[in-house]
Amino acid sequence: MSDHQEAAVHQLHRDDAGARMGMWLFLFTEVLLFGGMFLVYAVYRYQYPDQFHLAARELNTTLGTLNTIILLTSSLTVALSIAALQNGNKFLSLILLSATLLFALTFMVIKYFEWTTKIAHGIYPGSPELLTKPNGQILFFGLYYVMTGLHGLHVLVGMVVISFMIVFIARDKVTPDNYVKLENSGLYWHLVDLIWIFLFPLFYLIQ
Amino acid sequence: MANEIAVKNFYQQSTNKHTGILSWLLTKDHKRIGLMYMMAIMSFFVVGMIIGLLMRLELIAPGRTIMNAQTYNTLFTLHGVIMIFLFIIPGLPAIFGNFFLPIQIGAADVAFPRLNLLSWYIYMIGATLVIVSLFLPGGPIDTGWTFYIPYSIRSTTNVSMALFAAFVLGFSSILTGINFITTVHRLRAPGMGFFKMPLFVWATYATAWIQIIATPVIAITILLVIIERAFGVGIFDPALGGDPILFQHMFWIYSHPAVYIMILPAMGVVSEIIPTFSRRTIFGYKQIAYSSLAIAFIGYLVWAHHMFSSGMSDTARWIFSLLTFIVALPSGVKIFNWVATMYKGSIDPQPPFLWVMNFIFLFSIGGLTGLVLGSLATDIHLTDTYFVVAHFHYVMFGGTGTIFFAALHYWFPKMFGRMYNMKFARIAVVLYFIGFNMLYFPKFIMGYMGMPRRYYDYLPQFTPYQRISTIGSWILVGTIFFIFGYLIHALRKGKKATSNPWGGVTMEWHIPSPPPLENFKTIPTVTHEPYDFSQLKEMKNE
Repeated sequence: MSDHQEAAVHQLHRDDAGARMGMWLFLFTEVLLFGGMFLVYAVYRYQYPDQFHLAARELNTTLGTLNTIILLTSSLTVALSIAALQNGNKFLSLILLSATLLFALTFMVIKYFEWTTKIAHGIYPGSPELLTKPNGQILFFGLYYVMTGLHGLHVLVGMVVISFMIVFIARDKVTPDNYVKLENSGLYWHLVDLIWIFLFPLFYLIQ
Repeated sequence: MANEIAVKNFYQQSTNKHTGILSWLLTKDHKRIGLMYMMAIMSFFVVGMIIGLLMRLELIAPGRTIMNAQTYNTLFTLHGVIMIFLFIIPGLPAIFGNFFLPIQIGAADVAFPRLNLLSWYIYMIGATLVIVSLFLPGGPIDTGWTFYIPYSIRSTTNVSMALFAAFVLGFSSILTGINFITTVHRLRAPGMGFFKMPLFVWATYATAWIQIIATPVIAITILLVIIERAFGVGIFDPALGGDPILFQHMFWIYSHPAVYIMILPAMGVVSEIIPTFSRRTIFGYKQIAYSSLAIAFIGYLVWAHHMFSSGMSDTARWIFSLLTFIVALPSGVKIFNWVATMYKGSIDPQPPFLWVMNFIFLFSIGGLTGLVLGSLATDIHLTDTYFVVAHFHYVMFGGTGTIFFAALHYWFPKMFGRMYNMKFARIAVVLYFIGFNMLYFPKFIMGYMGMPRRYYDYLPQFTPYQRISTIGSWILVGTIFFIFGYLIHALRKGKKATSNPWGGVTMEWHIPSPPPLENFKTIPTVTHEPYDFSQLKEMKNE
């Protein structure tokens, strides 16, 4: 392929609106993925309202609230880092992204302590302790582990994506003129945040 | 046509600096990716077909013939998993959609060429996992392709691995869907409005929407079953308060729309072939386009008709039955429009057209027996019998499978730049028709008489029907190998194809066969309606 054609094809591939559209469609599939989980949650909450109520009291609302605040702040920092890059402030953008990464890490650490405390109390799928409880509570904790686990997996993926963005910005692959990758990563991070905003009340607050 | 010789085609030009096999494995060209899908998908089709052949051979006589019951269980599961997840879902969109969707809208490639290549690799990883799961200790999966709970939790075979393979394949399907939707929205050539798009593009577009809307639901369902097997969370386990029927709902929320993922692109191909060989613009263009969207939408709301006998309220049952009848309407709209297109057309019965005739006949039988299963009273009698198997194969194999061959015969000259033997192709259509009906029609009768599906053994009174069916399978498989034979022969020895061997007018017939790497020298401006055959004259002068 000659240089000219290469350039022409390359030109075609730079389509920011298209890239954003693709990302929104992908996020849509993510919403549906969790939608399936929320459906399962809704069915069993309807079936065992009392036991869900009892089981939910075992969760640590303080840690949940703390994590919510952390995740919401991380969404703010990622949004600001995009704005910073748009204004040409590469350094500030990098700082803000690193802050996001740090918040994400804190979220995961808190999550880790939450889970390990539960497991130390003998509450985990298939544990003899849990099996003595009524079915509704078994399901509540089953859903708790599956849904927060799946969400945690998304946080980890988001952390990897943001790390890549930090490298890309540092190496000028993502620039003030070409920042759609960063924008899409930001969108993904907001989704991770959004899902948590639904998980938090469903597990910690509704009692 | 002089400049046709001067232009290099996409086989001779690479998108990367490599030559040989790497120029394929690292390609970003949608045409090469389409052909790579073709290689993979057709190989799996042959594997699935041979498994089917072995099952039919087992059923030639009552009792044990060539295999034991457990082997039979794994074979029907594998036949389903391979044919559905590896052949028929990706078949038309990934091969012909990849190859022709960008060309038909006048684009140089899909919106995300690298993502496109990634979907192929993900598909191959998924396929590899399916194959690997056969040979690992534990043995091949034996749950049936529906993975119904509770057996899929209890079975000691490699269920988790096969499920994970389906999850991975779903991911590939989602990425392809995202790619196609974005391509249609962003890369249409100037003048190519939504209502100037060829109907294959419309159908593939509607399919892509179902792919991204429905697939995540099966993804999470599959994940839940894997988690259930690994940790015993209890979500679908009645012993822990879970509900197996909920699994069935979630499974069919995807797997019913999935049958429209399978059939819609096929309907799009029919809408291409019929105008070309009738030399007449399509009748009811907008209705056909909208009916694709209507099928995509209503098809999402009928899933529970797979569960009429598995425990639902009567209200739910009649509502789903009603919706099932409603989804037949857009399909009917298409059939009538196709027939009306042929009316007073100047019909040229070339092989692709004959394949479409085959389709209309077989698919109509499949569709009408679908109504028998959609009504509650008859379904209770026929559910889980061979009648369902026959219906499904008439719709999927008689529908999508037949159109797979139609598309292959229609676009073969464009894809490979060669013509195949027309006489052989016509013979193949007839043999396929005979083999197909011998293989599957007796199953309607057996099902009506009460022969349950998935059974290893049967009562002696079914023997004649089973025997006819098995003989039909030999004819059908023989025909398919015959088709592969003359097509492969044509690749090497076939006469060179012109740029427009059939007299079609959609975009792909405006460019050389095989197409050059960038498809078009410059991105074209579209002025004509998609099936405006008055262009043929100017095209001759091009």
